[in-house]
Amino acid sequence: MEFNFTEDQRLLQETVRDFLTGECPVEFVRAQWETETGRSPEFWAKLAEIGVPGLLVPEEHGGLGMNEIDLVLVMVEIGRAALAEAVVPTAAVAVPLIRDCGNEALASEWLPKIAEGEAIVAVAQPSSPLVPEAEVADLLILRSGDGLYAVPAAEARITPQRSNDPSQKLATVEFDAKADQLIASGDEADRLETAALDRGALAAAAQQLGACHQLIQMSVEYTTERKQFGVPIGTFQAVKHHVANVRVALEYAHSHVERAAHSVAHDTASRSVDVSMAKIAAGEAALLGSSNSLQVHGALGYTWEQDLHVWMRRAWTLDLAWGETAWHRERVAGALFEDTLPAENFGFSPLT
Amino acid sequence: MDLNYTPEQEAFRKEARSWLEANAPKEKLASFDSKEGFEQHREWEKKLHAGGFAMVPWPVEYGGRGANLLEWLIFEEEYYRAGCPGRVNQNGIFLLGPTIMEVGTPEQKARFLPKMASSEEVWAQGWSEPNAGSDMANIQATAIKDGDHFVINGQKTWASRGAFAHWLFGMFRSDPDSKRHNGLTFILVPLDTPGITVRPIEKLNNKKAFAEVFFDDARVPITNQLGDEGKGWDVAMATAGFERGLMLRSPARFQDTARKLVNLYKETVASGAYVAPELRRTVAQCWMDAEAYTLNTYQTVSRLLAGGKIGAEASLNKIFWSELDTKMHETALKLLGYRAELLPGSPAAGDVGEWLDGYIFALAGPIYAGTNEIQRNIIAERLLGMPRK
Repeated sequence: MEFNFTEDQRLLQETVRDFLTGECPVEFVRAQWETETGRSPEFWAKLAEIGVPGLLVPEEHGGLGMNEIDLVLVMVEIGRAALAEAVVPTAAVAVPLIRDCGNEALASEWLPKIAEGEAIVAVAQPSSPLVPEAEVADLLILRSGDGLYAVPAAEARITPQRSNDPSQKLATVEFDAKADQLIASGDEADRLETAALDRGALAAAAQQLGACHQLIQMSVEYTTERKQFGVPIGTFQAVKHHVANVRVALEYAHSHVERAAHSVAHDTASRSVDVSMAKIAAGEAALLGSSNSLQVHGALGYTWEQDLHVWMRRAWTLDLAWGETAWHRERVAGALFEDTLPAENFGFSPLT
Repeated sequence: MDLNYTPEQEAFRKEARSWLEANAPKEKLASFDSKEGFEQHREWEKKLHAGGFAMVPWPVEYGGRGANLLEWLIFEEEYYRAGCPGRVNQNGIFLLGPTIMEVGTPEQKARFLPKMASSEEVWAQGWSEPNAGSDMANIQATAIKDGDHFVINGQKTWASRGAFAHWLFGMFRSDPDSKRHNGLTFILVPLDTPGITVRPIEKLNNKKAFAEVFFDDARVPITNQLGDEGKGWDVAMATAGFERGLMLRSPARFQDTARKLVNLYKETVASGAYVAPELRRTVAQCWMDAEAYTLNTYQTVSRLLAGGKIGAEASLNKIFWSELDTKMHETALKLLGYRAELLPGSPAAGDVGEWLDGYIFALAGPIYAGTNEIQRNIIAERLLGMPRK
């Protein structure tokens, strides 16, 4: 029993953090709002240089062969930087799906391309008709009937949808299911889809932690600088407690997310429930971070110009991604009260 | 990261489980806030000590088992699973003990720790005073050196089980001209010292174990000073770290309550009684939070075993467990409906368990060990770096 990240894992996190601090300042995030696709192939190439898209790609396919415990640390930093690129669908969801679906040809074709930074993959969410990153994707993994299909982007009809977070690139997608694009059907498709949902939700939760860290940081800085009644407003307990409450929520959300990463990496029996708890806890922390940070920023935080809403909007929209909180709550409740998951399979310490 | 127990840890769990199953009291003991219950709990501690399970993480020479903190967590899980009694000497074994281990002299360790481990000597905390609550640095009680004794005068209050305890530990102003955090000394005081008067205070639970303690020229040997003279604040902060951070409230306690709450919910639904729909979500959230506290504690212990320390993070824990405990008990009372106000044994009460008692106890959580408002200040200033002035 050892519930710690290794020094190498922390080093990876620091490397990604330093990279994003330099390459993805908030000015870059905002500038992307004004571009046609909202995405930067140059930036994606730089991400590929440090190995992010291919983090979970097995080494024999040119990736880093790491696991979700490494990946969550990277996702936290992506959330902290409010980076908006197709990391979640490509690196966190599509890679393991392609790796695990038993289709060797698909894996050999796409995994090396992903690791090289030459392919972006979008994946449909079982919980929503919205497919993030479909417009910039080369390959789409989509559900039709009881089948899961790998569809080249050119063959899909993509309708862009505008999100409240200008960084989110969403679309609805229609396609004609073709037998030669079927990668799984029936129970196997369900299994892969549930795994995809769990992986997407875990990655979203980790981003929410990062966004929450950033919201706290901005609040601490602002309340230290801003003076009223002749003193920094951060000296007032009412203001302090708003920020402290977010820090408490963040602490315990971290624990849930880090355990869920372990559960996904080792595909434990409790994986889905652990992920749901992580998504709920991280979502609640990020939403509390949004509302309390807005409150301590006062009217300034309510302006478009102030950067606070970059992370607020991210927190709002991530909360809806890969299963809304209410859906995840019901998945936990079902396991607890209706034994949809055998009791001995969840809870950190054995119940038996 | 490896979230599986080692074979040795599993073996330890088994050993603890079978001992506890064989030895746990069959009948529920009286409240340790009554004289009768206090003595029953000391008897249980004696048995636990004889079995080698009283102080799992302490060195063997001081009456412990020499196990590490992870094994302590496992032991706690088994302790609550077996439904064992609350720890009557918790202020001693969980708070003062680790502090003595850290700053005590070899003589103090040998003198105090073994009798603490066996609960031959039960300890009370003497920190608060009528004018030093949240403002702990405003301590007025004095301990002035006279030869090889301190002469103590003043008053302490809110000493849990102070009415029955044998010893008290606390901070006293040893330099009468000092102010605030300076000039305080941490002293271990036998409560049978002439000049000491203990007056019980009846608590919200109708029991008289809580006490205020008056000192009138009470003479205590200077060998009972813990840590350096005038440095009591630093010693006390170490104790506070243990209290808020880890030892006092192990996660097993809240996991146990959360499991009982889940069962109560299921039973109430099965009984056909009305259950407000939002309680489904609230109960699940409570269970999740108990799980989060457990996970977080395992992370803390892993960090400590790797050479880390507990700092201001302890304040996060204290807020989280105290508010969780309150929420769980409030939720249980809502599930009990009209029975929530009935005392156990009341004819219409049925099996109301100990939820009401637990609720009243839980309400103290956000107050003791430093109010949650003080903890939020600590988080803001020490963890986040927000401005003090």
